Amino acid sequence: MKYLSLVVANLKRHKLRSILTIASVALALFLFASLRSVTTTMAAAAQFGGARRLVTLNATGLVFPLPLAYGNRIKALPGVTGLSWANWFGGRYGDGKNFFANFAVDAQSYLDIYPEIILPADQKQAFLQDRTGAVIGERLVSQFGWKLGQDVTLQGTIFQGDWTFKIDGIYHPTDPAIGDNVLIFHHDYFDERIGRAGIAGWYIVQIDDPAHAPTVAKAIDDMFRNSSSPTKTGTEREFQASFATMWGNVSFLMSTIGLAVVFAILLVTANAMMMSARERTGEIAVLKTVGFSDGLLFALVMVEAGALALTGAAIGLGAAKILYPAINFNGAGFLPGFKVATSTLVIGALVAIGLMLASGLVPALRAARLPVIQALRKVE
Amino acid sequence: MIPIAYNVRSVVQRPVSTALTALGVGLVVAVFIGMLALANGFSAALAKTGSKQNVIVLRKGADSELSSGLGRDIASIIAADPHVATGADGRPLVSPEVYVLIPLAKSFDTTQIANVVARGISDQAWQVRSNITITEGQKPTSGRAEVCVGSRLTTRFPHTGIGQTLHFAGRDWTVTCHFTAAGSAFESEIWGENEQFMPVFRGEVFQSITFRLKDPASFTEAQRALQADKRMTVDAHREADFYAQQSQLLGRILSFLAVMITAIMAVGAVFGAINTMYAAIASRAPEIGVLLTLGFRPWTVLVSFLAESAFIAVIGGFLGCLFSLPLNGIVTSTTNWSSFSEIAFSFRVTPFLLLIGLIFAVVMGVVGGFFPALRAARLQVVQALR
Repeated sequence: MKYLSLVVANLKRHKLRSILTIASVALALFLFASLRSVTTTMAAAAQFGGARRLVTLNATGLVFPLPLAYGNRIKALPGVTGLSWANWFGGRYGDGKNFFANFAVDAQSYLDIYPEIILPADQKQAFLQDRTGAVIGERLVSQFGWKLGQDVTLQGTIFQGDWTFKIDGIYHPTDPAIGDNVLIFHHDYFDERIGRAGIAGWYIVQIDDPAHAPTVAKAIDDMFRNSSSPTKTGTEREFQASFATMWGNVSFLMSTIGLAVVFAILLVTANAMMMSARERTGEIAVLKTVGFSDGLLFALVMVEAGALALTGAAIGLGAAKILYPAINFNGAGFLPGFKVATSTLVIGALVAIGLMLASGLVPALRAARLPVIQALRKVE
Repeated sequence: MIPIAYNVRSVVQRPVSTALTALGVGLVVAVFIGMLALANGFSAALAKTGSKQNVIVLRKGADSELSSGLGRDIASIIAADPHVATGADGRPLVSPEVYVLIPLAKSFDTTQIANVVARGISDQAWQVRSNITITEGQKPTSGRAEVCVGSRLTTRFPHTGIGQTLHFAGRDWTVTCHFTAAGSAFESEIWGENEQFMPVFRGEVFQSITFRLKDPASFTEAQRALQADKRMTVDAHREADFYAQQSQLLGRILSFLAVMITAIMAVGAVFGAINTMYAAIASRAPEIGVLLTLGFRPWTVLVSFLAESAFIAVIGGFLGCLFSLPLNGIVTSTTNWSSFSEIAFSFRVTPFLLLIGLIFAVVMGVVGGFFPALRAARLQVVQALR
C-alpha cells in the first residue's frame, strides 16, 4: 500500500494526459456497451414468449386475417386451455411521426392469457365494461402526455376513419419484450365498426403443457389445411424470433462496428500510454539505484496502466449502465427493454484488462529489465 | 518555414507509434465511411424505385401500399383520366396492382423467414416502370400461374431459378423470368399478373394504381383532379416522392447511428491523438529547443507540428478509405419498417464519401495536434535545451 502514493503521483504528473487517456478508454467502452446491448436486446426479445402460448397465423402471410369462426374450433381441441385473438389496427396519432403499435384484442381473454400485463384491478374492470375504452402502456403516457380518462382519437390507416377511445387503464409490463408503448382496445368494437367482417389477425392459444406444443400446433394446422385460410401455428417464441430475424444482419453489423471501435481507440490509447512510459527511463533507473527490485518496478508500471484502463472502463461501462435506464431509452420504439446486460459489463471489463496488458506489459518489462548504468548514462 | 522533410523524417523515425496512431484513425474513418455507405445504399435503393413521371394512387389516408385498398371501379376511373399517358398500342399506361407480403424461407437458413413483396401487375407495368429490364427468360403469360423474380431475391431464396416452382398462397407458381430494376427496391419483389394474384390473396381489390403522366409537369393538376373526384377517396403521390418517403424512417435511423457512433469514436480517437502528440513533443523537447535557437519563429513550430499531426491522420485516412473499399457492393438486407417488407441493398462507397472520410481524418489530426503543437511553440528555449 505504501507504494500507492507513488503510482498516484505518477498519474498526477501529466494530469491532462491521464484524464485524456481515461476519457478515451471510457468513450470506447461506452460505445462498445451500447452497440453490444443492441445485439443482446434483440436476442432477448427473440427469447420472449411463454412456453405455454402458441400463435396461429394465416399461412399465406402476416398481413392476411383468419376467420373469427376458427376460435371455437381451436378452443375445442384437446390440450387447449385458453384462447384469445387480436388484430393489428395500425392507427396513427397526430402527424404520425411517433409510431406506436395499436391493436384490437378480445379483452377479457387477452388479459387472462398475458399475466405479464399488469393493470390495476379497478382500471381493468373499467376497461372490460367500456366498449370504446382502451388500455395503454405506460410509455405512451410520457410520450404523448395522455391521462387516464382522456379521449384519444386515432386515424385509421388500414381501417378508415377517426377512432376515438377513452383511456381506461395504464398497464405496466413485467416482461420488457411485451412493449410498454402499445394501445389495446376491444376487438368486438373493432369488428362492429368494420361491418362485422369477422376477422382476427392472429390467435394466441394457451396449452396445458409446453411439451404438447408440437402436437397441438400440428392439430390446429391440420384442421384448417384444406380450408379457405390455412393456418401456421408455432410457439410464441418462434413468432417473436421471426420478428428478430427481420432485422437481417443488423446485429452482425453492430457487433462488427463495436469491435472496430474498441480496437481503434484502444490502439491509439495503448500507444499513448506506452510513449509516456518511455519518457521515464531515467526515473526508473534512479528508483532501481535506491533499491527498488525488478519485480516491484514491473508491478508499479502495471498498476499504473491498470489504474488508467480500469478507471476508464468503470466510467464508460457505468455511464452506459446508468444512462440508458435514466433516459428510458428504447431506440425510438424499435428496441423495447433496451438493457446493458451483465455479460456486456464482464466483457467490457475483460477488454480493459486486455488493454492494461497491451499497454503496460512492454513498458513494465522494460522497466524491470533496465540496466541501471546504461539508463543513468542516458539521463545526463 | 521548417521544411516538411523534418516532419516526415520524424514520423518515419518512430514507425510503430505512427503506424498505431494511423491505424486507429484509419479504423475510425473506415467505420464512418462504412456506415454512411450503408445509409446511402439504402436510401439510393428506395429513391431510385420511383419515377418522377409516374403517379401512385392509394386509398386516402393509407401511408403504405400495404394499408391501402382500391376497387376495380377506381381502376377504370383512373385509366380513363386525361392525364394518363398512352402506350404505343393506344392503351393507357396504367398498372392497377395487388401488393402483398408473403413469407419465404431464406436459402442459407430455412428457419429464417423473410416477408417478401409479391406484386400483381398489369401487362402495362413493364412500360409504366421504365427502369425494369428482364435479364433472363420470358414475361409471365397472362392467365397462367407464372411469376417473374427480382434479381436480388434469386441468390437469397431457394426455388427462384428459371423453370423452378415457388409455392405460396396455396399454389405453385412457375418462375419464368428474372428482372433488374437499376438497383431499386423492385429487385426485392416477385411480380405476377394482378388477375392471378387477386383471387388467391385479398379478393377483388387492388392496393395501388400506378400510371405514367402524359406530361410530367402536370402532376399537381392531375393530383388535384383525382383527389377532388367525388366518385372515389384517394391520395395521389408522385411515385418518386412516395418511395423516398418510405425510406425516411430507416434512412434517418441509419444516418443518425452513423453520426452518433462516429462522433463518439472520433472524440476518443482525438483524445488518443492528443496524447500521442504530447508524448512525441515531450520526448523531442531538445530538438524543438534547437529549432527555436536556430531562429525559427514559434508559429512556424506550431504549423510544423500541426502538419505532422495532419500527415499522420492523412495516412490514417487513406488506410480507412482502403479498408472501406471492399465494402462497396456488398449486399445486405433488412426489413423496411415503413412497408414491413424485406429489402436488399448494397453498400455504396462513393468518391464523395471517400473524400468526406479524408477530410474527417484531417480534421481529427488538426484538432488532435493543435494543443500539443501550441505547447511546442511556447517552449522556453533554455528549459527545452536542458
